[in-house]
Order: sequence, then structure tokens, then C-alpha cells
Amino acid sequence: MAVFKQQTPKKAPNPETKIVSWLRENLFPNATNSALTLLALYVIYLIVPVVANWMLFDATFAPVSNEQCGIKGACWSYIFEKLDLFIYGFYPPEIYWRPQWVLILALSFVWIAKLLKQHKYKTKITITLIIIYPIISFFLLYGGPGLEIVETYKWGGLMLTIIVATVGVIASFPIGVLLALGRQSKMPIIRFLSIIYIEFIRGVPLITILFMASVILPLFFKEGMDMDKLLRALIGITMFQSAYIAEVIRGGLQAIPRGQYEAADAMGLNFIQKIVLIILPQALKISIPNIVGSFIALFKDTTLLLIIGLFDILSMVHLTTSDEKWLGRSTEGYVFVMVVMWIILYSISHYSKVLELRYSTEHKN
Amino acid sequence: MKKIKLLLSFIYNNKIRSFLFQIITLVVIVYFFYSASGNVVNNIESRGMQTGFGFLGAESGFNISEFLIDYSSTSSNLMVFYVGLINTIVVSVVGIIFASIIGFVVGIARLSNNWLIAKLAGGYIELFRNIPILLQILFWYNLAIVSLPSTKQSFELFNSIFINLRGIYLPKPIATEGFVWVFVALIAGIVLRTLIKCHFKKMHNKTGVKTNTLTYSLLLIIVLPIAVYFTLGSPMVFDYPALKGFNFRGGMSLSPEFLSLAFALSIYSATYIAEAIRSGVESVSNGQKEAALAIGLTQRQSLKLVVLPQALKVAIPPIINQYLNLTKNSSLASAIGYSDLVSVFTGTVLTQVGQALEIIFMTMMVYLTISLLISLVLNIVNYKMSIKER
Repeated sequence: MAVFKQQTPKKAPNPETKIVSWLRENLFPNATNSALTLLALYVIYLIVPVVANWMLFDATFAPVSNEQCGIKGACWSYIFEKLDLFIYGFYPPEIYWRPQWVLILALSFVWIAKLLKQHKYKTKITITLIIIYPIISFFLLYGGPGLEIVETYKWGGLMLTIIVATVGVIASFPIGVLLALGRQSKMPIIRFLSIIYIEFIRGVPLITILFMASVILPLFFKEGMDMDKLLRALIGITMFQSAYIAEVIRGGLQAIPRGQYEAADAMGLNFIQKIVLIILPQALKISIPNIVGSFIALFKDTTLLLIIGLFDILSMVHLTTSDEKWLGRSTEGYVFVMVVMWIILYSISHYSKVLELRYSTEHKN
Repeated sequence: MKKIKLLLSFIYNNKIRSFLFQIITLVVIVYFFYSASGNVVNNIESRGMQTGFGFLGAESGFNISEFLIDYSSTSSNLMVFYVGLINTIVVSVVGIIFASIIGFVVGIARLSNNWLIAKLAGGYIELFRNIPILLQILFWYNLAIVSLPSTKQSFELFNSIFINLRGIYLPKPIATEGFVWVFVALIAGIVLRTLIKCHFKKMHNKTGVKTNTLTYSLLLIIVLPIAVYFTLGSPMVFDYPALKGFNFRGGMSLSPEFLSLAFALSIYSATYIAEAIRSGVESVSNGQKEAALAIGLTQRQSLKLVVLPQALKVAIPPIINQYLNLTKNSSLASAIGYSDLVSVFTGTVLTQVGQALEIIFMTMMVYLTISLLISLVLNIVNYKMSIKER
């Protein structure tokens, strides 16, 4: 026989406000966590005011001289005065419109490619744009018939950083695809050569490859063939990057089921058709997030140009602070470059996360 | 007609095709290197450059600020190579140790239920991951140079640690006679502890009785060596640094170059290690944790026996990769003048002797060897960690 007992009703939940209950749940659930929260607050209290005061509240923004800035806060006047150098290097100021147009063209080409999503000739137009763009850009940046020639040693700053990273990733892409295919291939000599190349490059630091490109590479060519410094650096960076791209694409290739290869064979496609039409589109789609990741790594690595004497955005700090007017302001310079680099890299990595989510078909737990 | 058909079938034979293709590739590559090496020989002759490894025996003629083995400007270039190699290894090992500690703490903090701690760890990762390592090295070095006091106004701790522009000066421990026995005691302790642990594990497997070995471990590894140390009458003296003239003498010092390089490398690699640990823990599906709780394990046991082994399996390969990256990144020391391999050997010796081929080859071989060794370790770890199926 069931016995029923009168239960006293449960107390209504504490009429805490949302904020208080949130704080209790997330910051002070128990003694250890409360102590950790307080510790974290203390760390923030130690760091944030110092940095904020130096960067903002005690800093000088007005266009004054080094002495007038004082030493209490940052002297952003220095950055404002040298901003052109940080962005364009020694590129002649009266023709800044040329690199600007290169950027505008890049953005508008991306926009056009997006607009054409449903168009009949979409692929053809996109490929044409991809082929024309580097030619136009080179013409605009370097000059040629009708445009004043700007030697590459005048290129610098953020412009050079972006150029090197972009050229590096675009030039290394086809080589990387070939190396990845070579490493997957059944032909022993090809596979062996690809593995040797990839593992060798991935085993040594970029700086030794840049040294090699700038010191040993000229020895490989006939005497009198004077190679451009920037070109040498670009060759080094492309050699380096293609090994990494190859490994990324190999990851994508390995994810393609055997059935796809067999189906392509069964349809009577030849090797090139099989790879270009069936395998690569799928493999590349899988590896997009990792390709972006390796682009980020390359972008960070372009700062090494400083060591072989090219004037990327980082070496502008050295250059501008050796100007007597702004001696001892390198901290401001480094912080400025850090902020610029951080914004660029964070945006790219954020975008790659978005891509990863878009292409991911896995279940999330 | 028949002949053409035969030829076609010959060309379309896959085996023959791939064979021909490989031969052609090989010929092209060999030809490239052949013509390049001809050019190299010509260029070297016309520039009057030396060849061979004879330069290694020659006197280096320059000073190095940091060295752990005997070195002076009259030592050979080979010694420069060793000094640089040792410095590279030292800074890499220090970086790896600190990066692992910071990375582990931050990775765990990132997963914390505490909102503030998790956000703080996330902020740290996002901040330092997205700044190039070279920039960070230069920034910390610059900060150290700008903010540290001069030798005369050194910052003092307990009258034995001094911090100034030239680095940190610490008392140097000097082992005297008998210290060897402390070492022996330590090793004996470790061996004994392992034996005891083995024994109790066997007992556990046999009878199901579990014994806590923590007391034994503490006793054998920590108390035993300390006891030996004191019974032998403290066989270790300290050499304290002292200001003499313009500089500190005695003790041991860590230069600002070394400190900023090790610091930058640690906090940069730590972000990647933290992410590896986070993704490792997140890769263990919720079902595993729930199953562990369902069969009656406590939270601690479920973490120790179910979650961590699976998480580490995912996390360790990328972590070891980061160790390799850290070692390679240590070559950026040349930007701030820490005497690592690239800085003193590929930098200074190269400018002095000019034998780029040999020097860059040697440097690359060193890094290649290190990376092969680390890959070997990775493969062994992967093998050991792979889930053993019965």
C-alpha cells in the first residue's frame, strides 16, 4: 500500500538578479575558483593600467618633436611622421597611387569573381583574372613602358611584406601540388625525390634557406648574371613554402577515398584529367583551412627578410629610429608593427576558422 | 599500320610510361645539378674563394660573449661551431621546458569553468600567436635594454642576485669533494622507487589491493639525497657575484640576449602547446566521460584513467612538432646577437672566411639531424601511445 506524505513546497529560487547569479556561477562557484578569479583580477590590475597609461593616457599624439614627447608615455608622433616609410618603404611618394591601385584591383577582382557565381563563363573569367592580375601588378609596381621604373631596393614596408607573402604563396602553390602528387605517386624515383625535398626543407629553419638563396644561389648561375636581391629572397621563400604547401595538400589527398580514383579510371579519364577534374578539386577543398594556416605562417615568416637586409615593415623600426630625430623610440616602433601585424594575422586566422566551419561536415559533440 | 599500333600500345603501357617519365625527370635534375656545379666551380675560381673544410682548423680570431666550453679568440673555427651548437641546444632546451609548463597551464586554464580564467587564457593565446616570433624576440630584447638599470644601479635581491643591463647574476654552486655521493643517492632513490612501484603494481594486479606509493617516492627521491647531503657536511659552496670595477665578477650570469630569446620562444610556443592540449582534451567525446562515470569511477579517476590517456594521444604529436619549431626558431637569435649556431658560425665565421657552401651545408645538416632525431622520438611516442587492441 502506498503511503503518501505531504511534502513541503520547495523554496522559490533566490531572487538574485541575472548578473549576480551569472557572477556566482562563472566566477565564484567555490573557494578555489574564487581565489583564482581574484588572482586573475590582480594580474589584470598589474598589467592593464601600465600598458593603457603608456599607450593612451600618457602618450603624445600631437605632431611634436622627440624631446617634447617626454618619457612617461608613448610618442606616437614618431609613427605619424614616419607612417609612409612603414607602409611603402622608399617608394617615391608622388607615385603611391601605383601600389594603391594594385590593392584596389585585388579587391575589385575578388568582388567580380563573387558576383559571377552563377555566370556561364565563371571559371574561365576567374582564371583569366588570376593570370592577368600578377602581370598588371608587376607592371604597376615596377614600371615599364610608359611608367617610371622603380627599382626593387626601393620597395619596402608593409607593401613589401604583403608582396612577398602573396607571391610566396601563389608561386609555391603549383610546386606544392606537384610535390604532393609526387609523394603520393607509385613511381619510386619520383616519390623518393619528393620526400627528400620536402623533408629536407621542413627540417631546416627558414633563415638558413634565405642565407642559401642570398649567398649560394648566385654561385649556381653564370658569372655576370646579377640576380635581384628581392628575387633571390622570393626564390628562397617559394622553395620553403612549397614544401609546407605540399604537406598540407598531401593531407587533403589522403582524405580522398580510393573509390574516387577507381571511378575516374573506370570512366576512362586519363591521369591528368583524373587529377585535375576529380581528385584535386576535392582535395583542395578539404585543405583550404590548412592552406590559409600555412599562409599565416608565411606572413609571419616574412619578417625574416630583415635578417638578409630587405626593408620589410619590421626593419623600418631599425631604420626610422636610427634617424637622429627619433633616437630611442624603438619601443613605439615595435608596438606599432605588432599592432599592425596582429590585426592582419588575427583577421586571416579568424577567416580561416569561418572557412573551417563552413566546410566541416563532422558532427560536433 | 601494325608497327604504329605496336608503338602505341608500347607508349600507352602504364609501366613503360612511368619508367620513361622517371628517367626523364632524373636526367633533367642531374643535368641541372651538373651545369650548376660547373658554374659553381667557375664562380669559386674567379672569385678566388677557398674550398674544403680546411677553414675549420684555422684560428677564429674573434670573441664570443657566451660559451660553456673553453673558448678564446685563438680557438679554431671548429670550436666556434661547437660553442654555437651548444648555445643553440641550451636555449632550445630551456625554451622547451618553459614552453611546456606555460602551455600546459594555459591549455588547462583555457578549458576552465571559470569565465575570467578561460577568457584570460584565450586572450593570451590569441595575442601572442598572431605576432611574428622575430618581432617578439626583438621587442622583449628592446624592452630589456630600455628598462634595465646600469651596472652601478643594479637591482638587488638578498645581496646575492643582481639584475642589470648586462643580465642576471646568480650565485654559482660549486660541487666539492663528496657531492658525487648525493648524486649517487638520488639515482639509487629513483631506481629503488621504480622497483617498489613495480612491486606494488604486481600486487595490485594479483590481489586488487592498492597501495599508495607517494610516501615511498618522497622519502626515496627527496629525503634520501638531502639526508646524504647533510651527513656529508654540505659538500657544496656558492660563489657569489660581486661588483668589481665596472662589472660583476664571479657567480654565473644569464645575458639579456639569452633571457629575452628564451622568454620570447617560450611564450610563443606555449600558445601552440596550449592549443594542442585544449584540442586534445576536447577530442575526447563526452560519451567517454559519461561512460567512465557510469561504471562508477570518480571524477578524478575518470580524468586520470579515461580522459587524459586519450587526450594526450591526440595532443602529444603536435606538441613534439612545436618543440622542433622552437628549436628551428632559436636560429633567430642572430637578430639580437645571442651566440647561437647561426649567429656565430653561419654569421661571423661566414663573413670572415667566405666559404658559404660548406658553412651553410654544415648548419643545415645540424638542424636536419635535430629534426630527424625529434621525428624519431615522435614515431616512438606514437607507437607507444597507439591504442593497443587485444
